[in-house]
Amino acid sequence: MSNNMTYVRTEMLPALPPPAGQGGVVKWLRENLFSGPLNTVLTILGGVALLWIASHVIPWLLHSVWNANSLSECREIITATWGPDATGACWAMVRERWHQYMFGFYPQDLYWRPTLAFVLMFVALAPVLFTHLPRKMLWFTGLYPAIAFWLLWGGSIWAPVVAMLGFAVMAIVFRIGSPRLGVPVSAGLGVLAAAFWWLFLQSELSGNLQSAIPLSIESVDSDQFGGFLLSVVIGVTAISASLPMGILLALGRQSDMLLVHSLSVGFIEFIRGVPLITLLFTASLLLQYFLPPGSNFDIILRVIILVTLFAAAYIAEVIRGGLAALPRGQYEAADALGLDYWQAQRLIVMPQALKISIPGIVSSFIGLFKDTTLVAFVGLADPLKGITQIVRSDINWKGIYWEPYIFAGAIFFLICFGMSRYSMWLEQKLKTDHR
Amino acid sequence: MAEQAIDRSKMKVSDEVAVQITNMNKWYGQFHVLRDVNMTVQKGERIVICGPSGSGKSTLIRCINRLEEHQSGQIIVDGTELTNDLKNIDKVRSEVGMVFQHFNLFPHLTILENCTLAPIWVRKTPKREAEEIAMHFLSKVKIPDQAHKYPGQLSGGQQQRVAIARSLCMKPRIMLFDEPTSALDPEMIKEVLDTMISLAEEGMTMLCVTHEMGFAQAVANRVIFMDKGQIVEQNEPREFFNNPQSDRTKLFLSQILGH
Amino acid sequence: MAFVQDTPKADFRLSMLIYDTRYRSLTIQVVVLGLFLLFLSWLVNNTIQNLAAKDRTFEFGFLWARAGYDINQTLISYTNDSPHYRAAMVGLLNTLLAAVIGCGLATVIGVIVGVLRLSKNWLVGRMMTVYVEMFRNVPVLLWILLAFTILSEATPEPSAYRVTDAMIAAGEAPKASMLLNDSLAITTRSTNIPAPMVDNGLPRLEFLGLSLNSNVLAFLIVFGGSLYANSLLRAHAKRVQEETGVRPTTWWKSLAVLVLPTAALLWWLGFHLDYPTLTRFNFKGGIEVGHSFTALTIALALYTAAFIAEIVRAGIMAISRGQSEAAAALGLRPGRTMSLVILPQALRVIIPPLISQYLNLTKNTSLAIAVSYMDLRGTLGGITLNQTGKELECMLLMMAIYLTISLIISSLMNMFNRAVRLKER
Repeated sequence: MSNNMTYVRTEMLPALPPPAGQGGVVKWLRENLFSGPLNTVLTILGGVALLWIASHVIPWLLHSVWNANSLSECREIITATWGPDATGACWAMVRERWHQYMFGFYPQDLYWRPTLAFVLMFVALAPVLFTHLPRKMLWFTGLYPAIAFWLLWGGSIWAPVVAMLGFAVMAIVFRIGSPRLGVPVSAGLGVLAAAFWWLFLQSELSGNLQSAIPLSIESVDSDQFGGFLLSVVIGVTAISASLPMGILLALGRQSDMLLVHSLSVGFIEFIRGVPLITLLFTASLLLQYFLPPGSNFDIILRVIILVTLFAAAYIAEVIRGGLAALPRGQYEAADALGLDYWQAQRLIVMPQALKISIPGIVSSFIGLFKDTTLVAFVGLADPLKGITQIVRSDINWKGIYWEPYIFAGAIFFLICFGMSRYSMWLEQKLKTDHR
Repeated sequence: MAEQAIDRSKMKVSDEVAVQITNMNKWYGQFHVLRDVNMTVQKGERIVICGPSGSGKSTLIRCINRLEEHQSGQIIVDGTELTNDLKNIDKVRSEVGMVFQHFNLFPHLTILENCTLAPIWVRKTPKREAEEIAMHFLSKVKIPDQAHKYPGQLSGGQQQRVAIARSLCMKPRIMLFDEPTSALDPEMIKEVLDTMISLAEEGMTMLCVTHEMGFAQAVANRVIFMDKGQIVEQNEPREFFNNPQSDRTKLFLSQILGH
Repeated sequence: MAFVQDTPKADFRLSMLIYDTRYRSLTIQVVVLGLFLLFLSWLVNNTIQNLAAKDRTFEFGFLWARAGYDINQTLISYTNDSPHYRAAMVGLLNTLLAAVIGCGLATVIGVIVGVLRLSKNWLVGRMMTVYVEMFRNVPVLLWILLAFTILSEATPEPSAYRVTDAMIAAGEAPKASMLLNDSLAITTRSTNIPAPMVDNGLPRLEFLGLSLNSNVLAFLIVFGGSLYANSLLRAHAKRVQEETGVRPTTWWKSLAVLVLPTAALLWWLGFHLDYPTLTRFNFKGGIEVGHSFTALTIALALYTAAFIAEIVRAGIMAISRGQSEAAAALGLRPGRTMSLVILPQALRVIIPPLISQYLNLTKNTSLAIAVSYMDLRGTLGGITLNQTGKELECMLLMMAIYLTISLIISSLMNMFNRAVRLKER
């Protein structure tokens, strides 16, 4: 090339495999564990810590006992089998009490009802998560709350049916009103009509229908709920009810109307500024002051209401982030095409903003699901503290502490870790989707 | 562009007024962006608006469908005055199409859905009919085969042509173009300009903010030069380019045509 | 700006309230305000009726009545004769103590874990990942309960520490022994740690009704002075570097400035540690830290540290990619790259979410209820509420206090954000 400036390639070079590596395992160890003095020290320290933990945990797990009727029996079995100094896990407790961890004091012969409700939940969720499923399945999603309520609490079928009819009334009023009165006014009228329905017609109508066509299953009281059943009921209801509320709050916070903006900000900051426990105590102690005299309703429902408000404030902040991530051009294009505010929100803004916010919504849900354990402090039997306390106060299992916490913790871990992985996967997918 | 044969048979300017702007002023806070703008656009006119950045040219055409609110003066679009009345605003927006610099396609909808969205929700067209209209305009901008893809899967030039088709689906009487080729790679500019030229050939009223002087010479019947929020000079293209009157215009033309 | 509005063509019509952009937002806001006031008055009306029905009043006079209950951990003087408001203050200080120590601990652990997760060391990186995932995906309540149960059930009884003559004769060791050179004892009842004591202490300062410990004050003043002197030293080093291009070695000077004055003060005060010793039934001397406090603080710190580790890791990763390449291309060594290029930027990314984790930890201290730690909820929202039956007042007051703490923390965050934004311009 030194004296010849022009050069034309006549033949393209083929791709070749890289040169062979220099000794696989040793090279890997040197690079990843012993690449310098600091790294070597870290590896040794880490190894020692790991060995120490393993030396305690592995025998403990290996000596597990699954068949026993009490902690002392467990210990006897371990001593008899593995010697006097051996330690071992006593999973016999889990074997005996797992149903309480799952269902609390729900009647044993009715376990199929919450289980069925749980399975149906996935059927109801499917069309929301997978858009290619037939849209008609959304009808089932819409009816699911009533079905689940009826399955869980039992009683007359007419109460949930009539309650659902209230939503139908709301929809009809909205449909009739919206072309003439606009979205906000007709939505308000719809809510008013439905509220009227529930307040004044609900009990009478469902009572009459029940006496005309008696259709009911055995009813279960709220204080029989417990364990993961309770956590899932509170968590799922609160997160799904908080979504629409969170969307409205986020829109309110984005609004340029001063009053709407400050009311939304005030609500969000208040809820986010106080611990959940104070809100739960509000549910158990203060709600009786704020509601009309004589109204006294179910503690689970009260807790769900407050937890929903709590979740809504957090969801609102997540969705606000999604709204902020949307380029201004999207709003302008919607305006230029002549869409009105609600059409633009529904067709253009929300589908995109919600998609961006899914990871945030999932992590809010994980947080909320973990926080459902706090209902123990208003007297409900959550799987962590409530049920464990019941187990530990049994004379047979007095003094057991690792096993119940590990068991409940492992289930929480599986659910939360699974969801967080799912949301990470979704995040990756959304990054590449259509973009 | 010049070598391209342009069919001028339908490019007739009628006496009917499409847009009438009188003594219009606009401020951004303390900043006076548009100063006493007066402008009349006849039906069928193809107007190119140019000027240095910050001269208010984009703001001017964004006022015409009220993406920006003017503070004084009068804007009458197709017989409807733009006031604070939402009904009038909605009416004007459904008559005026707009194409943006950054396309602003809706990334969560397919090309076809992008095009049918406004006809279905604003014009209340039945879905099947809206899809037929959409396919008609998509073939007009020469991308009917991409109808079921998402915007992110298309090139910039294709996206901009979809954006044009999306506006056309509303059967607008006036089209506004806000620097439609500025965000495009050089090899894609031509396909978008060709689409715009064919639109002009059909007699569409067009207001176009652009620096594509070739397009202005070929298609426009009037070029408006703006600076510091006011109209400095307007003329038919040949005169405008060959014989600019104002010093500001001369300087601007020497800068953009000089290299 | 003169707002020039054309004379309206038509007179005002009622429909303009909805369709005119000028009035529309006003209309909506008036409607919203009306509904809000209606809702508020409904709530207030219900409350008044309910209070009347229960024959209760709404007033805060009870706060000055005798509390009549004991609190096991008090940072300010308190007896059961003190009024309820004093009890609430004790609770608030306990909340803040747990929050401050928890935040400090969580930050230290979180930063270490976050950096270790980024290290090239495969083993340590994996172990830290396991730690983070394990703590993040399990309710914090579990860690609090587990820590408390282990501390109070798996630890030795005080009697296990006893060494009797018979045992010495037999050459037997006691069942349990104190940790860290006989300074720390963990028993089923509490954790006993050495207490700092001074022999020739300064008199207490009475100031505006507050009683201040002047020894602590002197310590803070001297240490603060040392810090200031150190910053002067560093500024000098920087000046020298800017003038000559060579940075003088400062680390031993810094060390001397930071350590010597404080050490001298402590020596002059006669500082020593009071070690806990075993008496007949329990440990005496030193500071007795209740298990409820230890469990709460450690569990909250470990839980929050897992989140902080992720924040630190994400912050460093977000910056390091392009920036470290650019710095390396300029010839900066890795250490300098970290301190001059990556950290200043990463801190900007890290600090806002870090502060919101502090906020979460502070709110989570209310989980003290699980281990009966007497925090604000345990005093004002617990025993005081139950004794006086003033549910409404106690809850509202408690919420207001928590809200104030949260707002203070989040306004700190806003201040930080603003300061950072200013630097960008």
